[in-house]
Order: sequence, then structure tokens, then C-alpha cells
Amino acid sequence: MARTKQKAQSLLESEIKVAPITTFSVLSPEGKVVNEDEVPNLSDEQLQELMKRMVFTRVWDQRATGLARQGRLGFYAPVAGQEATMIGSQYALDKEDFILPGYRDIPTLHFHGYPMYQAFLWSRGHQHGGQIPEGVNVLLPQIIIGAQYVQAAGVAMALKKRNTNNIVITYTGDGGSSQGDFYEAMNFAGVYKLPVVFVVQNNRYAISTPVSKQTAAESLAQKGLAAGITSLQVDGMDVLAVYQAVAKAKERAANGEGPTLIEALNYRIGPHSMSGDDPTRYRIKEEPTEWEQKEPLARFRTYLEGKKLWTEEMETGVIEEAKNTVSQEIKKADQYPKMKMADLIDSMYETTPPHLEEQKAEYVD
Amino acid sequence: MAQLTMVKAINDALRVELSKDENTLIFGEDVGVNGGVFRATENLQKEFGVDRVFDTPLAESGIGGLAVGLGTQGFRPIAEIQFIGFIFEAMDSILVQAPRLRYRSGGRYSCPVTFRAPFGAGVKSPELHSDSLEGLITQTPGIKVVCPSNPYDAKGLLISAIRDNDPVFFMEHLKLYFSIKGEVPEGEYTVPIGKANVVKEGKDVSIFTYGAMVHTSLKAAEAAEKEGVSVEVIDLRTLSPLDMDTVVQSIEKTNRAIIVQEAPKQAGVAGELIAQINEKAIFHLEAPVLRVTGPSTVLGFPLIEEEWLPSPDRVQKAIKKVMSY
Repeated sequence: MARTKQKAQSLLESEIKVAPITTFSVLSPEGKVVNEDEVPNLSDEQLQELMKRMVFTRVWDQRATGLARQGRLGFYAPVAGQEATMIGSQYALDKEDFILPGYRDIPTLHFHGYPMYQAFLWSRGHQHGGQIPEGVNVLLPQIIIGAQYVQAAGVAMALKKRNTNNIVITYTGDGGSSQGDFYEAMNFAGVYKLPVVFVVQNNRYAISTPVSKQTAAESLAQKGLAAGITSLQVDGMDVLAVYQAVAKAKERAANGEGPTLIEALNYRIGPHSMSGDDPTRYRIKEEPTEWEQKEPLARFRTYLEGKKLWTEEMETGVIEEAKNTVSQEIKKADQYPKMKMADLIDSMYETTPPHLEEQKAEYVD
Repeated sequence: MAQLTMVKAINDALRVELSKDENTLIFGEDVGVNGGVFRATENLQKEFGVDRVFDTPLAESGIGGLAVGLGTQGFRPIAEIQFIGFIFEAMDSILVQAPRLRYRSGGRYSCPVTFRAPFGAGVKSPELHSDSLEGLITQTPGIKVVCPSNPYDAKGLLISAIRDNDPVFFMEHLKLYFSIKGEVPEGEYTVPIGKANVVKEGKDVSIFTYGAMVHTSLKAAEAAEKEGVSVEVIDLRTLSPLDMDTVVQSIEKTNRAIIVQEAPKQAGVAGELIAQINEKAIFHLEAPVLRVTGPSTVLGFPLIEEEWLPSPDRVQKAIKKVMSY
């Protein structure tokens, strides 16, 4: 009996335990600095730029949801609540770094050089939406959840082989962290020490499914531990925390120290998409209020106002600018030439094979 | 010229391309030190280094994603999927991500990936190692499907596949790896993708086939010749896109056609070929186009696969039948 007991004890001792996770943050929900040592080294202008971009994105999002309701956009996935993660993470990159996005990460792509009118065309289902301009280092918004993660390993390997010193950043959500590709990608990146930053935007819901139904793990960040890569959780509604975490991860990656998994905690304020999703069907009543208190724009605004770096006038200016830009860009999308079947057929292969030439003839007058 | 097995010819093609283009990379499970489970990549890591020829973790979707990602950055990845049945884990990369990239991006990105996988029955391998899954892939626009039947074509087609700027799925028949030798020139040469090969000329009936079934069909053709029927045997070599010019020309001459494939009868390459023959050559036909295939079941178990597979005898019966009209 005693022997069995002893054995059972040692088995228990052998069990692996994940230590409690501390979420990395720089600003409190009230906009106060809580982590003096980790305040990123950004100029006043850069801090203002972060705020401008978040306000711009919020206005764009409001306009886009409106346009989607009017039927003037196709697929649109709202971003309100996730601005700090999107803007902060992209701001830590160099132009030569590569972004592999999910379909919600459109503002992230935009600030990396992807024109807004093309984002609108992509949303509507126009091929030109996917014709990323030369020199803009992004791949197309990924539709298959998690596929961007395994491809990010490939792009990162390419950058490493070319000795570019640049990195890849890729994004998915809490739902995406359940995919096999999520783990395969981190595992590959760990084995080859690839310069890639994996960001999980834990916005609490995959359409209607809450994180608690995605995993029994206490955090999504700890999933990186199994792949042997640096893993952390950040307050994804704190733009300075996100910036700092990504900047450090980028530095490590560029120094040959391999990949990082960053779980960014944020909240999708709006619906999953503008195609009939109704969040009241799956959300707990009090939940939105709770998250509103952590809201990324309000918090950063308070912080900047405290430093005398932000005024109502500046905010109004950005709102006006955003409205004008969105109007111009949607007009540009409206005016873009229609697609032709012959062009589509010719874009299937480098050289159109005989059977497709034959089929093309059916669409040409 | 050297007499090589098909696996040596494949090894040779890989060596030629690794030497010629530094963007060429080979990776997959056990392709490095081990040289692949069939030795298709033997010595390549030693000759070209671990940066060019490397092992991956055991995860096919990861391999597929790696290939697509590298492909977008100007590399020419040659990804080995260890056995055909394992492609299901990588189907998103093979059938979705790679074939659509040029179209989705309006030509901004392309994906010059070659996926290689052994397939084919007749060597009593465990299940899901030797199925004929070409029908699944040929159904997808944007990826070419190539399947050689001999060492010369294997080398020339593989070089073409690697140089192609679109994704290519390259199918290597397990039974042919070591069972046949043929003359293979040294150095580089190509066999074009999209061109069938008239293996044996004939006047009375055309057999369209590919992979190991080329050899089965040739045996049946020889037997039929002794009974006075002149059989033309055409090796399709590329399954997507099909070389319909060669197919139609042959039917115009013989007016009778049989398709021999190892895959189960339903849907698939034979079905597609018949549909296109119907569109392009029906008025040249004196008889219905017949199919000799595996039955519409899962591939037969190893202890009955010889019976399951199309045999020269079954092809001969089809020749008799098609000649009886």
C-alpha cells in the first residue's frame, strides 16, 4: 500500500504545471502608466500618430459598417475594440517586414501600404482588390482560418534565407488558435528559429463561440510553450503594451532568436461580420459594459490629454479627415473598371492552356 | 546513356535543378540524411547542404504552408509528401492556397511549387499509401497534374514541373520506382507538360492511359496484335490539362477508344476524358468509349490488390468488346 502511495505522489509531482500568467500592460484602463520601465521610446509625434490612426480606424469602421448595411460593401468584418492591437502591432514594423493577415486585419494592411479603395474592392469581390501594389509587403487577407500561420513560416524562412533582417507578423483569433495549422506553424517556426511573430487577437468570440468553448487551457499564450517558443499575453486594448511587445519580439526575431507568440486580449465590440450576425444571441448582458471600461481609444486619449498631446480639436480634425478619405476611396472603388471574364480566365495560369482558351471564347464577343 | 530506374531518374532531375537554380529547395519528411523513404532524394543534402535540402517536422499541412509561403517569395519549393494518402492533411495548401494565389492576387503573386508524392498499388503497401487520388486534384483549376510512366519521362517532366511558374502535383508510381529501367540522358532536358505520348502506334483501337497502366495496356496490346487487332497506346503523361489534340487525332484514325486507369471507376480522369471525347470526337466513333478501371470501391487490400487492379486480361476483354461493334 505504502509503495503505491509513494508512486502516486511522484506521478503527481511529475505533472507539468503552467505558472499563473501575468498580462503585460503599460497603461491601466484609466490611462495611467502602470509599467514605467516598459513605456516604449516614442516621440510625442509618434504617440499622436498612434492616436490619429486609432481614431481614423474607428471612423472608417463606422462608415464601413454603414456602407455594408446599405449593400455598398460585400464581406466586412468590423474592427471596433481591436484598434490598439491592429495599430500598435503594425506601428512596430518596418516597411520591409511582411504581414500575413486574417480577413479582419484590413486596417493593419492599410497602414502597411495597402490602399483603402482596394480594400473596398476586395470586400465587394473584385479581383483588383487582391492586386497588392509592388513594394507593399503583405499577402492577401486569408479566408481559411489558420492557413496564414503555416504560410507565415514559409515567408519567414524565405526572409531568413535571403538574410534580410526583416520579420513576418501574422494574425489570427481565439478561434484560429484551435486549428492544427496554428500549432504546426509555431512548431515549424520553433524548429527552424524563424523570424516570425504570431499574434492571436483573443477578442473573446469566434462568431458566437466563446473562448471557454475553444479550449480548456487557461490562456492561448501558453499554447506556444508546447512548441518551445517565447510566449506572452498582452493587454490588447493598450496600444503601448502591444507596440512594446511586438517591437521586442521583432528585435528578437531579427537577431536570430526565433519566433514569439503574442496573445492580445481585446474585445470585438461589433458583430462578427455584416452578414447577419447578431451578438445579442450569444453575449452575456453585462459583458459589453465591462469591456467598454477598457476601451482602447478612451484610455489612450486620457493618457495623451494628461501629457497635453491631444485635444478635442485634433480629434475632430482626424474624424473629418477619415470621413473625407473614406468617401474619396469608396468613390475610387466605384469608378474602378468592371472585371472581364477573359481577364479572369487568363489569370488562372501563367500561360492559358488550350482548354481554357477554348472556354474563354464562349465569353468573348 | 545510362540505364536508370525511375527513382534514380527522379533523383537526377532534382540534382539538375538544385545545381541550376539556387532558389530550388527540397523538403519533406525524411528527405535529408535518409534521402527519402524511397531514396528519391539520396545524397542531395550531402551535395547541396541542409539549407537547400532539409527535413521537416511530421506535419503535412505545415509542409504545404511552408511551400506556399516560400513560393510567394521567389523560391521554387519542391515539397515531398511521403505517401499519397497523407496529402489529405495538406489539402488546403495543395487544392486551395497554391492553385488560387495567381487568380486571387490578379497576378501579383504566383506559387511555383512542385508537390511530389508516391502513389499506386501493386506493391502491397499498407492502406492509404498507394491510392490513385489524381481525380481529386484534376478537379481543381490552377494546379497541373503530371504522372510519368518511365524513367526518361520522369526526369524530363519533373524538370518541367519544377521550372513551371504554376503549382504542379507530380505523381510517382510506387511500382515503377524500381521495376523498370530505361535510358536517361545526363544533364538537363525537358519533357513538356500538357503533351501526351504515342507509345505504340496502331490502326484499330486507341488506348488512353497513364502511370503503371501504360505497361498493363502494352501487354494487352501485344496480345491483341497476335489476334490481328492493331492497338494504339497513348500515355497521357499530363492529367491536367489533358492533351486533347493528341487524343482526338488518334480517335480520328482508329475510331475506337478505351481508357485504362488504376483509380476507381467513378468520376476521375477517365470520366473527364470521355466527356471531352464526346464534345470533340463523337462523330469519329464507331463504338462507345470503354473504361477499364479499378471498381468503385476503396483500393483493394494488399492480399487482393492484384485482382482489384486492371489486368492485361481485362484490357484485352475490353479490346474484344470495343471491336465487336
